[in-house]
Amino acid sequence: MKELTEIRWHGRGGQGVVTAGKLLAETAMGAGQYFQAFPDYGPERMGAPIRAFTRLSSRPITIHSQIEKPDVVLVLDPTLLGTVPVAEGLEEHGSLLVNTSMSPAEVRKATGFQTGRIFTVDASHIAIEEMGREITNTPMLGAFARATGLFDIDDLAEQLKAWFGKKITAEAVEANVRAMRRAAKEVVEG
Amino acid sequence: MSTFEALAGNEAVATAMRQINPDLVAAYPITPQTSTVQKFADFVSDGLVDTEFVCVESEHSAMSACVGASAAGARVMTATAANGLALMWEIVYIAASNRCPIVMSLVNRALSGPINIHCDHSDVMGMRDAGWIILFSESGQEAYDNLIQAVRIAEHPDVLLPVAVCQDGFITSHGMERVEVYDDPDVKAFVGQFKPQWSLLDLENPKTYGPLDFYDYYYEHKRQQVDAMEHAQGVIMEVAKEFNAKFGRDYGLFESYRVEDADVAVVAANSTAGTAKVVVDQLRGDGLKVGLLKPRLFRPFPAKELADALGHLKAVAVMDRSISFGAMENAGPLFLELAAALALHGVQMPMADYVYGLGGRDILPGEIESVYRDMLHAAETGQVEQMVTYLSVRE
Repeated sequence: MKELTEIRWHGRGGQGVVTAGKLLAETAMGAGQYFQAFPDYGPERMGAPIRAFTRLSSRPITIHSQIEKPDVVLVLDPTLLGTVPVAEGLEEHGSLLVNTSMSPAEVRKATGFQTGRIFTVDASHIAIEEMGREITNTPMLGAFARATGLFDIDDLAEQLKAWFGKKITAEAVEANVRAMRRAAKEVVEG
Repeated sequence: MSTFEALAGNEAVATAMRQINPDLVAAYPITPQTSTVQKFADFVSDGLVDTEFVCVESEHSAMSACVGASAAGARVMTATAANGLALMWEIVYIAASNRCPIVMSLVNRALSGPINIHCDHSDVMGMRDAGWIILFSESGQEAYDNLIQAVRIAEHPDVLLPVAVCQDGFITSHGMERVEVYDDPDVKAFVGQFKPQWSLLDLENPKTYGPLDFYDYYYEHKRQQVDAMEHAQGVIMEVAKEFNAKFGRDYGLFESYRVEDADVAVVAANSTAGTAKVVVDQLRGDGLKVGLLKPRLFRPFPAKELADALGHLKAVAVMDRSISFGAMENAGPLFLELAAALALHGVQMPMADYVYGLGGRDILPGEIESVYRDMLHAAETGQVEQMVTYLSVRE
């Protein structure tokens, strides 16, 4: 892994974007890595486009500026593609991972991101089927782990269980883990 | 044994408060400090602390409650930011002059107006002359560590002054990072029990707090505040030494990062210091001899030690996250103070001030690099092109 991986998340207020960033950070900590997870410090409104950021590193992270050139961009909400410039600043050989029913080729066309890798997964569909609600953050984590190879899927499953703990029912935890594992299987690159 | 936890800076502060278990906390929520107070209120509700948590109707009342409780002999803490601190203003001075060892978590945020909830240092710079000890923290870890040390510093019998522990609003207060949390018994053993010497409730030895104090003794009381400040620096180093030995840290009056053999250095406080370290490492990789000095202690200002640490340089830049309007060259307070310190201790070199990041404007590594490039040029020519630069502002 690169010494420092910078990640930007796009979603809408209420979709668990900030939680996903923190979950990833906690997973990194479990794997003995250093991390930062921080929101885009604006007023949060349900449904409004929001961003969050994560840094992962094998060494202590002291940089405290915002992330300008992410290595990975995750888009949790498919409707953002035409609204927000999600590929802006993305490293030339970076990765764009989108929750969408579109193919990677279609996403490439829609975003104009030509140089790097594009991954797609229909996380909304998976979330509705597995959890009965369109909460896409945990399936997107599974897709992220598979796409980047940064985390082991089993480690991530353990982390999800630890994170949700008693906050939600055991059934809901299991549904989250199922959705995460399924997204890891169904993510495609193109 | 300690544990590593994923905590935002505010949560780290609340965790320190839980471990310190103060007798009283009086606070009013204000962005970006709110999550500290929320989290601590959880600890109170969950019975994890014995603290009397006073929900006040304003920050003026919060600090007033702190002063009253502290005078009674309680260990007292509070947390605030920006306009909240501004509303405490009157009582901030009274806390210091009553020699109340109150510890405050201050989450640095821009003072209105226009209204802005994001980071800069205009709030803390307003309390420069209020008689508080002021510590800066680069990260949530440092905010946590400094808060624990602050209790010992404030309550030391030779000091008895309130202490404010700063961290950057949102940038570290809401940024989640890996924080080493020490075991509760270790922290409790370190801070110890507060043994008030001048309790208002000690009826055998009656005391008076806050009486009229005119031309007969007011001046002497102010002089005693100076004495306390003079003692503070030694106590801060003593406490740091003990803390470092116990918890494996390296706190001092400031952090000197690759300054010893540098030609030029930047002085920057709080989270920007961390970003500057990355720039230092990059430029060092290019063979440029640059360093960073990160102030930890701002009040009392360790003038001689700073002059000693920077005296060998060929140029130095200060990065100020606030403006002292109408002061010399409309510079920032940190620059003005450091310029005076170097001059008084016989150090002469090209110096420049870079005001940056007001109202949360992001500061990027490239911008900090431009400051280093300016200083390397100044080191060559022996003079700065511009004494005060407002970095990345639209003119």
